[in-house]
Amino acid sequence: MLIKEAESQRHVLAITVDNEAGILAKIAGLFTARGYNIDSLTVADITENHAVSRITIVTNGPPEVIDQIHAQLDRLVPVHKVVDLTEEGPHVERELALVKVAGTGEKRVEALRLADIFRARPVDTTTESFIFEITGTPEKVDSFVGLMRELGLVEVGRTGIVGMMRGAQGA
Amino acid sequence: MAEERSGASILIECLVREGVEFVFGYPGGAVLPIYDELFADTRVRHILVRHEAGAAHAAEGYARSTGKPGVVLVTSGPGATNAVTGIADAFMDSIPMVVITGQVPTALIGTDAFQEADTVGITRHCTKHNYLVKDPTQLRATIEEAFRIATTGRPGPVVIDIPKDVQIALASWDDQDTAPLPSSRYAPPVEGEADEISQAVEMLAAAERPIFYTGGGVINSGPEASALLRRLQDLTGAPVTSTLMGLGAFPSDHPDWLGMLGMHGTYEANMAMNRCDLMVCIGARFDDRVTGRLDAFSPDSKKIHIDIDRSSINKTVPVDLAILGDCTHVLRQLTAAWGVRRPRDLGEWKARIAGWRACECLAYPPSSTEIMPQKAIERLFALTRDRRPIISTEVGQHQMWAAQYFGFSDPNRWLTSGGLGTMGYGLPAAIGAQLGNPQALVIDIAGEASIQMNIQELGTASQYRLPVKIFILNNEYMGMVRQWQELTYESRYSNSYSDSLPDFVKLAEAYGWKGIRIENEADLDAGILAMIEHDGPVVVDCLVSKEANCFPMIPSGAAHTDMLLYGDLVSGTMDDEAKALV
Repeated sequence: MLIKEAESQRHVLAITVDNEAGILAKIAGLFTARGYNIDSLTVADITENHAVSRITIVTNGPPEVIDQIHAQLDRLVPVHKVVDLTEEGPHVERELALVKVAGTGEKRVEALRLADIFRARPVDTTTESFIFEITGTPEKVDSFVGLMRELGLVEVGRTGIVGMMRGAQGA
Repeated sequence: MAEERSGASILIECLVREGVEFVFGYPGGAVLPIYDELFADTRVRHILVRHEAGAAHAAEGYARSTGKPGVVLVTSGPGATNAVTGIADAFMDSIPMVVITGQVPTALIGTDAFQEADTVGITRHCTKHNYLVKDPTQLRATIEEAFRIATTGRPGPVVIDIPKDVQIALASWDDQDTAPLPSSRYAPPVEGEADEISQAVEMLAAAERPIFYTGGGVINSGPEASALLRRLQDLTGAPVTSTLMGLGAFPSDHPDWLGMLGMHGTYEANMAMNRCDLMVCIGARFDDRVTGRLDAFSPDSKKIHIDIDRSSINKTVPVDLAILGDCTHVLRQLTAAWGVRRPRDLGEWKARIAGWRACECLAYPPSSTEIMPQKAIERLFALTRDRRPIISTEVGQHQMWAAQYFGFSDPNRWLTSGGLGTMGYGLPAAIGAQLGNPQALVIDIAGEASIQMNIQELGTASQYRLPVKIFILNNEYMGMVRQWQELTYESRYSNSYSDSLPDFVKLAEAYGWKGIRIENEADLDAGILAMIEHDGPVVVDCLVSKEANCFPMIPSGAAHTDMLLYGDLVSGTMDDEAKALV
C-alpha cells in the first residue's frame, strides 16, 4: 500500500496573538497534531505593553490544507488575526542570518569581497575569521551561505522570515 | 462592598453566578481548599463520582440533556489525567463543559512535585481553550470567559488549572459588582450573511432532489433549532437524514424521515445522499463515518454547509455555498427568506426514495432460540416511548442498534459518544442526565464489555438515589470488534471475547440496585416492564444472540452505494487500503 503525497504550495502567514503563556506551544502543537508543515517560525511581541505578539509562519501544503491551517488558527481563542501574505498579494519577506567564516589568505579576501557584494556586514572580526550579518530574502541568504561554504563556512544562524504587505495598508 | 476572599471562595461565588447547579468531582490534595469551601455551601451541589472519568462523562450527560454547561472539579496529576478522556470526548462532540483542576502550588510547578502533571500541556489540544491561573485577582475574569467560551459558538470543554496557593491567596471581591467583565477577543459568528441566505433559498427552491443532512449542531443550538428545522422541512418538503449526534432534531415517525446516514445508516438515507442534487448540511461535519469513500461521496450534488465553525467548512468535502452562523439563527433566516413560496413537487424524488425504503434494510433474521438484539431494542422502544425517555449508550454494536431501532422525536434525549467513541460513556452520562432531569426515565443502553469500563459509577447512582436504568445487550463479545474481525480478518476473534464476566444481577444487588436477567424472548416484555416500574436503579442483563451483526454497513473504504445488508455474502477479507481505514 502506498501513502500518497499531495502537491504543495509555500505560504507565509502573519498571525497576531495575545502574548500569553503557552500560545506558542498551542500554535506549534496545532501544526504537529494535524500534520501540517512548518518551514520557519518567528515570534516576538510587537506592542509597548508586551500584550500582543506577531508570529510569522512559513508553511507548505496543498491549497485545501492551507485553507484549513488558516481556519484552525483562526478558531484559537488567543489568536486575533491570521493574514496569509502569499494569498493577499505583494509583500516583503526578510530574514536575517549570522554567518561565521574562518580562513586566511586569498579565501579570506574573497569572503570579504563577496560579503560586500551581498551587503553583508562583518559584525565580529579576528585575524582568521569573520561573522557576517546578512539580511534579505531567504534565496539571497541561501546563495550567500552557498558561496561561503567554499570559503571556510563554520556556522550559520538564521532567524526565519518576517513578512509584511506592501503599500500603505496594514494587514 | 469590596472584601478580601480566598481564591477558592471566589471560584465558588463565580460558579454560583454562572448558575451552576451541580459540580461533578472527586477530591484530592490540590483541591482541598475548594472542597472546604463546598463543605457548608448549599448553593452548589457536589456529586461525588467514583473515578474522574465518570465525572467528565456525567458532566457531558448533564450538559447534553439540559443544554447547560457541565462542571467538573478534580485534583492535580491523576485527577486531571483521568478526566482527559471525557474532556477529549466533549471536544469531539462539542459539549459545553468547564473543568476545574487543582494544581500543585506555583512554586512547585516544574519540579516533578507529588501529583504534578502538566495539565495545561496535556489538555491543550483536547480543549477549546485552557488556562493556568497564577493570580487570584484573575480568577473572576478567567471563569467568566471560560463559561462564555464553553457555551457559545461551537461549544466545547474549557480547562481552568488552579494551583493550590492561588486557591488560598486572598483577592478583592465585591458582591455587588455583578456586571460581566468586558471581553473582546472571542466573538463567534451568529447570523448568516443575507446574500448567502437568499442564495441558499434559491438553490433549495430549484432543487429536484434535495436532502437535509443534519447533525449535532442542531441539538447544540437549542430546542428552537429543532423546531425551525421541522418548519423548514415543512416549507420545502425535502427529506431529512441525520448523523448519530443529530438524532432527535427531526421526529423519527415523520414520513420524510430517512433514518440515520453513514456507516450503519439506512439504505434509503445513504442512497438519497448519493443521488441527491442538493445537499443541505446543517450543523454536521462530513465525518468519515458519514461520508464513506470520499471520492464517491454524493458525486452529482450541489452542497450547502451551515456551520458555526469556519474550520469545518471544506475540511474534507468541498461545498458550493458555506453559511457561517448558529443553526437557530440561520434556520430562522432561511424560513423567513423562503416566505410564501410553495414547495416544489418532489413526487418523483420521493418515489425513488420509497423504492429504496422498500428494501427494508433494517429487517433482520428472526431467531427462535435466542433474543435478537435488534428485537430487544425494538421492544424497549415500544414499551418506553410514551415516557419520552432519555437514552444514553456506550460504544459498539448496541450503540448502533439503539440509533437504528430506537425512535427519537425530541432533541436532548439521546446521549452518545459519537466523535471519540468512548466506551464507558453511557453510565456516567445517564447519571448526569438523571440529575438534570429528575423526573425523566433515563436508560443506558449498554454492552457487557463497555459497561465494565465505568462500572464503578453504580455506586454514585446509589449514593444520590438516582433511578437510572442500565439495559445491557449481553452477547459475550466486544461485538463491533468481533464483527470487524469476522468481516475483515476471516473470523479470527483476537481478544474480542468477554471472558470472566461478572454476574451482573448479583453485581447490581451488591451496589443496592435491582438486577434483572432476561434469557428468553418470552420474558423480554415482562423484564422491560419490571425495569421501568421499579422505583430505583436497575441493571437488566439481557442475553442476546452472540454473533448477530450490525447491518446495514458500509465497509471501510466503500461508497454509500456499496452497503452490506443482512443476507449479503461477505468474503471475510479486505485489501490493505480498506484495512488501513479505521
